Amino acid sequence: MAAVIGTKIGMTRVFDDGGQSVPVTVVRATPLIVVRVFDEEMHGYNAIQVGTGNRKEKCISKAVRGQMSPAGRSDFEILAELLVDDPSAYETGQSISAADVFSAGDLVDVTGRSKGRGFSGVVRRYKFAGQTATHGTHESFRGPGGIGACAYPGRVFKGKKMPGQMGALKRTIQNLTVVAVRSEDEVILLKGGVPGARNGRVLIRPAVKG
Amino acid sequence: MNIIDQIETEQLRELPAFRPGDTLRVHARIVEGDKERIQVFEGVCIRRSRGGSGASFTVRKTSYGVGVERTFPLHSPRIDKVEIKARGIVRRSRLYYLRDRTGKAARIRSRDQR
Repeated sequence: MAAVIGTKIGMTRVFDDGGQSVPVTVVRATPLIVVRVFDEEMHGYNAIQVGTGNRKEKCISKAVRGQMSPAGRSDFEILAELLVDDPSAYETGQSISAADVFSAGDLVDVTGRSKGRGFSGVVRRYKFAGQTATHGTHESFRGPGGIGACAYPGRVFKGKKMPGQMGALKRTIQNLTVVAVRSEDEVILLKGGVPGARNGRVLIRPAVKG
Repeated sequence: MNIIDQIETEQLRELPAFRPGDTLRVHARIVEGDKERIQVFEGVCIRRSRGGSGASFTVRKTSYGVGVERTFPLHSPRIDKVEIKARGIVRRSRLYYLRDRTGKAARIRSRDQR
């Protein structure tokens, strides 16, 4: 089970074979270069370490550059580990492009970091209705209202929806369809939206429930 | 050119240039079950909406005394072709005022005759 690491570029729409307009997210997926292979016997689990993208070498610490060195270059922007079923299918230096992993019609799960909304109130964060603008309300238009009962239970229940940090969290969206893999552009088109802002990093894996 | 523009440009189709006020015959592909046939929708273009590959246009006609409007994606492969029957003279880009008019009042002067 390999995966694709990409960058969200933005959204547009395309017409499918039936002439239906399909909303798509465009994700740039440069080929992954295998840096090392971990196997069960030696390391306790099966995985590959991959690098992709480009970054100025002087911006990477020497320690990390050393990690990248088995691939013969040390200017990867991203260095990540992916779990795989069969590590013997991979070898250091091998290039894995999006087309090797996915083709049109596949179902995938996409993980990314959602857009950050800072410390948000309950109206924005949980779609609470807020309170009335009139009928004597003062200084409490977007408040949560009551948050519990009285002497019994005498406390606020755990998990009560309250203001707090919203967004900028790791989120996975399941079962998106791959609309197209354009290998010449190093781009993959996914039906629907993907967590995160433009230029955010996303991890595309085969669907768990697909 | 960035990749999104490139994807959108690929979808664009060559269609005859028309404007709001023109009378069009839109040959639309209709899929019924597993059969496909072409249905012609004839009426006045009352709106063109821009937006690259997502551009659309709206055609209005009166059918058995009932006004019918249909919006087509301009670059949809489901449009077989668009014929321009008449070119009209109008002074605005959105002809919503036609909705309130019927019969003689809903006529549009022709550009071709002048």
